[in-house]
Amino acid sequence: MIEVKNIKKSFDGVEILKGISTSFDKGKTNLIIGQSGSGKTVFLKSLLGLFTPEEGSILFDGKDYKSLSDKEKRELRTEMGMVFQGSALFDSMTVSENVMFPLRMFTNQSVSEMQDRVDFVLKRVNLIDAHHKFPAETSGGMQKRVAIARAIVMNPKYLFCDEPNSGLDPKTAIVIDNLIQEITDEYNITTVINTHDMNSVMEIGEKIVFLKNGYKAWEGTNKEIFKTDNESVTNFVYSSDLFKKVREVYLKELKE
Amino acid sequence: MIYLENIGRYFLMLKSVFSKMTKWSMLRNLIFKEIDDLIIGSMGIVCFIAFFVGGVVAIQTALNITNPLIPKYLVGFATRQSVILEFAPTFISIIMAGKVGSFITSSIGTMRVTEQIDALEVMGVNSLNYLVFPKIVALSLYPFVITIAMFLGVLGGWMASIYGGFSTSADFIQGLQIEFIPFHVTYAFIKTFVFSFVLATVPSFYGYYMKGGALEVGKASTTSFVWTSVVIILINYLITQLLLT
Repeated sequence: MIEVKNIKKSFDGVEILKGISTSFDKGKTNLIIGQSGSGKTVFLKSLLGLFTPEEGSILFDGKDYKSLSDKEKRELRTEMGMVFQGSALFDSMTVSENVMFPLRMFTNQSVSEMQDRVDFVLKRVNLIDAHHKFPAETSGGMQKRVAIARAIVMNPKYLFCDEPNSGLDPKTAIVIDNLIQEITDEYNITTVINTHDMNSVMEIGEKIVFLKNGYKAWEGTNKEIFKTDNESVTNFVYSSDLFKKVREVYLKELKE
Repeated sequence: MIYLENIGRYFLMLKSVFSKMTKWSMLRNLIFKEIDDLIIGSMGIVCFIAFFVGGVVAIQTALNITNPLIPKYLVGFATRQSVILEFAPTFISIIMAGKVGSFITSSIGTMRVTEQIDALEVMGVNSLNYLVFPKIVALSLYPFVITIAMFLGVLGGWMASIYGGFSTSADFIQGLQIEFIPFHVTYAFIKTFVFSFVLATVPSFYGYYMKGGALEVGKASTTSFVWTSVVIILINYLITQLLLT
């Protein structure tokens, strides 16, 4: 479980996060949504320890990240997996080497043990024939799956994803969403996803945190988001006619 | 003010580079890869430039000796002194700032832009140690490159003198041997070793701390070349002042 207590973060005197408090439960797919510039990425990178908030605290299963020593921070980071927006695969390494990287870095496993684990996770993300390909030789969807495989290869407790669907076609986006949902359930991971994708919100958002101008404007589940009368949320989520219709149908069905 | 800030950041970066070492089995592979990229990959251009500039130094010296009282062996003497004292260690280092420095800045800068450095940090890897330390170790072999540059520079001068008809082989070799001070070679290697550290760390600094996108990677490479050259020239002056006066 991750608890966030009143975190604030500024850059060059401009306050980006203005005191956000929330929590992300274990075994659930937690989504952070909001318009561009609302502070989603800064919030996610603060959770990852890439940015240090000026105020507030972030607790990982009760341990305050700020009070940890450098060594403890690095140990905690080995329990985190991250899927970056652009996948952030190492260009000079093959798919297999990318996935094996955390194992080589942090474990003393033999090469065959590591290879078995790599084969297992690549199979889990439905990438069996891509072992020897370089990231540049694979499609965007494949790169995302490699990034997920690399993120889960160490059996992390926490999985973070920054816009995992960006740049993907709708079908592949659903595949990636389902994969993240399955992995979260299967390994009982605390998953936090930054997204703009309303399909993800409707499909896998077990908890949704809506950010607006650096504040938390709303939080709830994907069921509750249909019923909310919070104007900021409805303006953002139901900005398209399609989703307005989806909402009407859902509420109508609920009444019946 | 920004310069002072950058100098402070550079030294803080160095502190991080030498802390929390990456696993040796990983580091070893990285070091070999960097030796291949930075040292072996630079040999061709260094050899080519050293040979021909050595030749030009010899020709220029010969053409400027018009006084019959000046001994002919001066061509060999001037070539040796120019190549060993300045051309090989300093001039080649400036070329390396362009070749190796740009490569280091752009490769680390691209990793920054594509969030590969963030990915390393999230995993709990000390990214500065992982990225910069192998480059420092690989470039510690840089004095070998300069040794070859010295040899080829003198060889180029000898060939240009003989085949250009500016000097006889005996005169040139006499010039090479006359008033030879072994400490000059030591001095050249001391500054080469310092330059190798600058070549590894200054471009890494500009790549690691760059912000922006692809365009900024290009700008960072240019800035890195300028500052690496400036630092090399200043250190060259300081070391020369300290060791030769």
